[in-house]
Amino acid sequence: MKVRLVVNGTPHELNLDTRTSLLDALREHLHLTGTKKGCDHGQCGACTVLVDGVRINSCLTLAVMHEGDRVTTIEGLGTPERLHPMQAAFVRHDGYQCGYCTPGQICSAIAVLDEINEGIPSHVTERLDGAPELSADELRERMTGNVCRCGAYSNIVDAISEIAGSRA
Amino acid sequence: MRSFSYERAASPAQAAEAAIHNPGAKFIAGGTNLLDLMKLQIEAPPHLIDVNGLGLDEITPTEDGGLRVGALVSNTRLAADMRIRCDYALLARALLSGASGQLRNKATTAGNLLQRTRCPYFYDTAQPCNKRQPGSGCSAIGGVSRQLGVIGTSEACIATHPSDMAVALRVLDAEVETVRADGTCRRIAMADFHLLPGDTPHIETMLEPGELITAVVLPHPVGGRHIYRKVRDRASYAFALVSIGAIVQPDGSGRVAVGGVAHKPWRVEAAESELPRGAQSVCERLLAGARPTRDNAFKITLVERTLRAVLNEARG
Ligand SMILES: Cc1cc2nc3c(=O)[nH]c(=O)nc-3n(C[C@H](O)[C@H](O)[C@H](O)COP(=O)(O)OP(=O)(O)OC[C@H]3O[C@@H](n4cnc5c(N)ncnc54)[C@H](O)[C@@H]3O)c2cc1C
Ligand code: SF4
Ligand code: FES
Ligand code: FES
Repeated sequence: MKVRLVVNGTPHELNLDTRTSLLDALREHLHLTGTKKGCDHGQCGACTVLVDGVRINSCLTLAVMHEGDRVTTIEGLGTPERLHPMQAAFVRHDGYQCGYCTPGQICSAIAVLDEINEGIPSHVTERLDGAPELSADELRERMTGNVCRCGAYSNIVDAISEIAGSRA
Repeated sequence: MRSFSYERAASPAQAAEAAIHNPGAKFIAGGTNLLDLMKLQIEAPPHLIDVNGLGLDEITPTEDGGLRVGALVSNTRLAADMRIRCDYALLARALLSGASGQLRNKATTAGNLLQRTRCPYFYDTAQPCNKRQPGSGCSAIGGVSRQLGVIGTSEACIATHPSDMAVALRVLDAEVETVRADGTCRRIAMADFHLLPGDTPHIETMLEPGELITAVVLPHPVGGRHIYRKVRDRASYAFALVSIGAIVQPDGSGRVAVGGVAHKPWRVEAAESELPRGAQSVCERLLAGARPTRDNAFKITLVERTLRAVLNEARG
């Protein structure tokens, strides 16, 4: 089945088996291997990408369900010469060890700050009738869908906090 | 995953009709439960009907002062809606306690209601399971049953319904709005929507084959303190061992439903008159007839203690 995707600004037309997940379309068909496959069942967040600016698990969605969508992967955020500020912050704070979860963490982190900006509450937001805060507790709860086998969590929170501070 | 054909539905009625004409077909919304199960071949629909893009993603006021939540509204958008946060806070709290940010962005109102059990044997295709393969037996009875149901269970199945959202909707007396293949619409009360397992644990709801959920309707807000308390093995990103959804009024009266204990959100209206007398009195009636296993008898105590904490919070 034919599907058109705009990935990191570039339009693509792919002919895919309906079973192809968005993750496999990115990795196996477009050879964008920055996005990682951890569990393939929505449990680890390694496959997190942005679709029309919204973070999702690319392993639990079919590519054919994304006709015309704009997908942003880690490759679309920055280049080795010109890192995205969130990428640079992860480097500065050592927000990883093996790096396998990192592309998903970074995509997720960028979306988390947008979600807070839009006023979307979380499980730890104290008052539902106001805007959520930009606290470390909020960041930790919101990043809960990104598991890090190496346990780089505290440095990840530091990296996101730095960018959150510079945005606020 | 088994191969399947795929179509994008053109309208809700056409989706329901397409489902009838393709035996075994399934609707797909967020896909976060269905695709998970298809990868394990626990579900193997030959045809998928994509119900995104049918305009079922609006939250609109109803004539009697409630809200009509479209079936395709994402869990994130529902929890973020200011009307839900102010007037139906219980629902926002329940949604935010479930899954992860990424999953809630995709998960939909209808899909969440219809998500399937997390019984470990349902997921283990090497083991007998009446829900997955009717008549094959239940591995959970006599097996590892710590997470499973304690009330409303049967000899055929002791699974629980895993949704947090459904517990809140039950307390709120929501109704599920549907369209059938012949084009007729109906509303089903949350009290009746999910079924107990009985002899047919593979039949989980009142929905007929091909029946499409179009919306969930919330009645006029009832005020009161809204509390959702979820007890789980870690602080976030885990299903409930037990959860309590409650609305408590200033005079101590209220409503309560329990998640993680039964094949549906567990609510016994007759037990609610005991609310002013405290958690123990409520639980004596709410959990009367419970048949826990050795592994999950702790849930009985846990429900009572969690309810006590909820009632303290409501007073505080
Ligand atoms: C790692 C993980 C953790 C999770 N944790 C939690 C948790 O803590 N609490 C919780 O409550 N949930 C949790 N979930 C489950 C999640 O909430 C569900 O997967 C999600 O709500 C399903 O919605 P969906 O739109 O993706 O459904 P889909 O996967 O698209 O569909 C699910 C079912 O509903 C049917 N369906 C969909 N739309 C319609 C319609 N309009 N009419 C009729 N039938 C329809 C489909 O045919 C399918 O059978 C978790 C999931 C994962 C993967
Ligand atoms: S409890 Fe239900 S879902 Fe679990 S093994 Fe038994 S029949 Fe299957
Ligand atoms: S690979 Fe998608 S969540 Fe793990
Ligand atoms: S850095 Fe190794 S898994 Fe996170």
